[in-house]
Amino acid sequence: MAEKVFSSCTNSGPVSVYVKDGKIVRIRPLVVDEKDFKPWVIEAGDKKYSPPKKVTLSPYIHAERRRIYSDERIRYPMKRVDFDPNGERNPQNRGKSRYERISWDEAATLVANELTRVKETYGGSAISGITSSHHNWGIVGYKMGPFARFLNMMEGTPVLDNPDSWEGWHWGATHSYGFYWRLGMPEPYDMLGDALQNAEMIIYWSNDPDSTRGTYSGQDSALWRQWLKEKGVKMVFIDPFYNYTNAVMGGKWIVPRMGTDTALAMAIAFVWITEDIYNKDYVANRTIGFDEFKKYVLGEIDGVPKTPEWAEEECDVDARVIRTLAREWAAKRTILSGGSRGGEGGACRQAYATEWARMMVLLQAMQGLGAPGRSIWGTTMGAPNNTTHWVPAYGEPQGRISMATKVAKYVPTNPNPQRLWRLTVPEAILDPPVEWYGEGFCGQSLEQQFKHFVYPAPGCSEIKLWYRYGGSFMGTMSDTTKWVRMYQSPKLEFVVNQDIWWNSETRMADVILPACTNFERDDLGEWAAVNGYTWHASSGCNYRVVVREQKCIEPLWESKSDYEIFALIFEKMGMRDLYTDGGKTDVDWVKGFFDACDLPKLVSWEEFNAKGYHIINIEDDYKPTPGLRWFYDGRPCDTPDVGNAKRLDPEKSGELGTFSGKIEFVSESLKQYFPDDEERPVAPRYIRSWEGYGTPGLYEKYPLQLLSPHPRFSFHCHYDKHTDWLNDISVHRIKKDGHPWWPARINPEDAAERGINTHDIVRLYNDRASVLCIAVVTGRVRPGVIHSYASSAMYDPLQPGEPDSIDRGGCVSMLTPSRMLSKNVPGMTPNSCLIEIEKWEG
Amino acid sequence: MARLSLLIDVTKCSGCHNCFLACRDEFYGNDYTPYSAPQPLEGQFWMQIKEVERGTYPKPKLDYIPLPCLHCEEAPCVAAAADGAVYRRADGIVIIDPEKAKGQKDIVNSCPYRVIFWNKELEIPQKCTLCAHRLDEGEKQPRCVEACPTGALVFGDLDDPESEIAKLSASLDVEVYHPEYASLPTVKYVGIPKRFIAGEVVRRDVPGECAEGVKVTLEGGGVSLETLSDSYGDFEFDGLEKNTDYRVGVECDGYAPMIIEVSTQTDVDLGEIVLEPFD
Repeated sequence: MAEKVFSSCTNSGPVSVYVKDGKIVRIRPLVVDEKDFKPWVIEAGDKKYSPPKKVTLSPYIHAERRRIYSDERIRYPMKRVDFDPNGERNPQNRGKSRYERISWDEAATLVANELTRVKETYGGSAISGITSSHHNWGIVGYKMGPFARFLNMMEGTPVLDNPDSWEGWHWGATHSYGFYWRLGMPEPYDMLGDALQNAEMIIYWSNDPDSTRGTYSGQDSALWRQWLKEKGVKMVFIDPFYNYTNAVMGGKWIVPRMGTDTALAMAIAFVWITEDIYNKDYVANRTIGFDEFKKYVLGEIDGVPKTPEWAEEECDVDARVIRTLAREWAAKRTILSGGSRGGEGGACRQAYATEWARMMVLLQAMQGLGAPGRSIWGTTMGAPNNTTHWVPAYGEPQGRISMATKVAKYVPTNPNPQRLWRLTVPEAILDPPVEWYGEGFCGQSLEQQFKHFVYPAPGCSEIKLWYRYGGSFMGTMSDTTKWVRMYQSPKLEFVVNQDIWWNSETRMADVILPACTNFERDDLGEWAAVNGYTWHASSGCNYRVVVREQKCIEPLWESKSDYEIFALIFEKMGMRDLYTDGGKTDVDWVKGFFDACDLPKLVSWEEFNAKGYHIINIEDDYKPTPGLRWFYDGRPCDTPDVGNAKRLDPEKSGELGTFSGKIEFVSESLKQYFPDDEERPVAPRYIRSWEGYGTPGLYEKYPLQLLSPHPRFSFHCHYDKHTDWLNDISVHRIKKDGHPWWPARINPEDAAERGINTHDIVRLYNDRASVLCIAVVTGRVRPGVIHSYASSAMYDPLQPGEPDSIDRGGCVSMLTPSRMLSKNVPGMTPNSCLIEIEKWEG
Repeated sequence: MARLSLLIDVTKCSGCHNCFLACRDEFYGNDYTPYSAPQPLEGQFWMQIKEVERGTYPKPKLDYIPLPCLHCEEAPCVAAAADGAVYRRADGIVIIDPEKAKGQKDIVNSCPYRVIFWNKELEIPQKCTLCAHRLDEGEKQPRCVEACPTGALVFGDLDDPESEIAKLSASLDVEVYHPEYASLPTVKYVGIPKRFIAGEVVRRDVPGECAEGVKVTLEGGGVSLETLSDSYGDFEFDGLEKNTDYRVGVECDGYAPMIIEVSTQTDVDLGEIVLEPFD
């Protein structure tokens, strides 16, 4: 039989899928008819820059075929052999029980009965659960679609996600410059053009864009950085690790001790103030509170002037280097690249990280943030981008079958006021009550960050039923052995796990339901698009590519789409019609979203459905509107930043999203809500980490700092473990004695002291956990630091079911603290983690 | 007649492994006889990525050398094969016949670059085919080139003066990987890492300021080079010979000149070179 070609999309790029005899034989970057591409042109100097007519994917997408057919696919519905809903439930055995295969009918009946029983006995608030991030792509089947619709119909308790990739920016930088509607990331419009035309230097502070790749935009931006390198733009990297972007770009590597970046930032401000090399007009006209900040930097408040010599002691960076960095930053048009999209980076995920993120904004403000070549830009968004035509995306209400009023007849509303906080779900189950400030992703307002929550909420039940949908926290959250303890608690009467592959939480469930990939069903998705709290994220790609994700093969084994699984369960409860909005199929939803958005203005349904994709090119009369240039110029906002509510208000259109409308050295919002908070003070401070270099009582025992960034060759806990092709990439895993070990990188000095050589198996440990990794001795890590990526999907305890067991899958997150960013800031802190490391004999 | 090949620019390669995985996707489990038999799960690396870390903390360097078959003009594998089991096409692509080569294990070790691998199950040697099966169907480039985000891999006809590969081959500093094997590979490279010598100039009497603009010279190995320390006082000489003696000279008005003898058995980081002021 001849080969058929289908189109689909992934979390890192659109693809063409080749099917022969009902089997996928090849997956390529989307093959596009050349005439569909209209490459944009950026003129800079005497050169014209234009992207090639292609899409580039992240590496692991090339292993997608192997992942789809992986031996790690869950094939059948399963039930724990020692779980009897009418008898003994044996929760203490979760994590070590065996499973038996059951039929879909049995499974759906069991789950429906438990949902009904729990709801009738305790109320809907006793039902909770959570999804993972981005194991699939496409809005109909996306995590926020079917699962949210289900949970809302059950009136369950939603779990609020902590803003994991943005913590310090979300809870800190927002109080300096607003952008809460972007979770603390600045607007990225036309930043590529600005960089090509104006930048003389880029400082990558806690940023490895070649590895984090703008999250979803594949590798289109790799070429942009190359253009900038060829132009002679100077590159500086501030990082405890000589990262992959640093390696390919070259440039100066500055290596502060982990946890001291804020001190380095203060010293830079000191040089600018004392040498009078900052933009005083901008500070006077576009900011407030500078005088108070200046006093602190000069030492007039705590008696400690933040000189480069002072910072040299804190950071272990030579004072002369700090001085040169500060002077060049002032003298050259310098882009601050703090985190992959601007507003991310490992430095924002540690103790007191709000202070670092605020300093990123305030430092660049001192040099005129928004001036040509003076932006905060991660180098992975900001290509010329068509913002006129709207296509729904997963981050917005109109992009979800749970909330799309334009597409759904019935939209369930959930009156349940109770919430859980993702980071403290285990504590909530094991040891309530739990309280925190902040409504998850606080994208609606600054005030949302100050909303107080208590679990259990008045009138609500504790959680009795936990529904886990996709993915695994053992490798990605904090202090993760507590999740094992949670699952084994008798408080959780029933646990369901619905996933595509065997993950580290799958075997904690009572019932396992096999879902299928988006290649086995129909959907609609746009490359990299999020909307919601990251409008126009597709500007991280060279082209806007909307994909009609076509069903390529039938669901494998007995897997079903998530949508169909919930429909089956609701059928048992007599609510199928309601859940499916009157019997809508996947394709009905796809057509509904198509009709509701701007695509029909550009392409017919017949053509889009058959061709499989549509490229939305920029308009012929496209005019760039560089991010924050309007603010620098003192004009009304002219960017298409949808989330900026002030921009359409004639009185406030020139303002930022802070209370004062200006950049705030002293934060009005913090002053109003937490004026006496010494851990996130109204003006930023350098505060030594509570678990860092020299921390008394801890450092003597555990003198190494764990650096666990987002992984280079997998995506959160996806692709790792489920596609063994990645085990042939030594940066990802190294095979030894038949096991693919997770690397831990160690400086030669630290290795020699401990008798560790490359490819020795090593135990990373502290009071919380022990994890076995494989050592890589390298000069790319500063002394005192162990670099091991987070996000292992393999939790492989030597003693299954034992929470304190050593893990040999590489889940270094088990070592990280539960303690959060600061008193009133419930952010995760994986990069404030002290460990020791030793050779493991076996 | 075309002469198809690749030009590989190591300075542009970020080690993303797109090429390695795209090649795996194309060939794993897929039968393209007579071009190639299916690639098995283990033991085949038709596109290797060699990681090269140089130097020491805090001045390391990291390069990645993509290594497919180099489609040599005087391929030792062609010579080692019996019955014409390995042949070179008119367009330069070297192919191992998956049927004729059965049992011929010698072909694997005949390649000094070690880009041929033994398939235990099928008992045949296998390697990169430059995606000849796709090119013959009218596809424009091999999978590796299609997947590469930075243009580190360029494919085309070396004999077409208008092609990108021909133009780049003429204008860039192109070299043969391991020229001593004398197999005349058509796949050539730019930027293969050599040795480097680096250091940081510091003035003893001005410790709080970087020593910018200090003249640093290098003599040895048949070269005479000169540079100035940058704004951080750093300097570097790259592209040097291995196992060679060099002399580094540092001169700054008002300071005693320094001469440092080094040998490039490894890359050399001289660390802080502290200049003493004249009294």
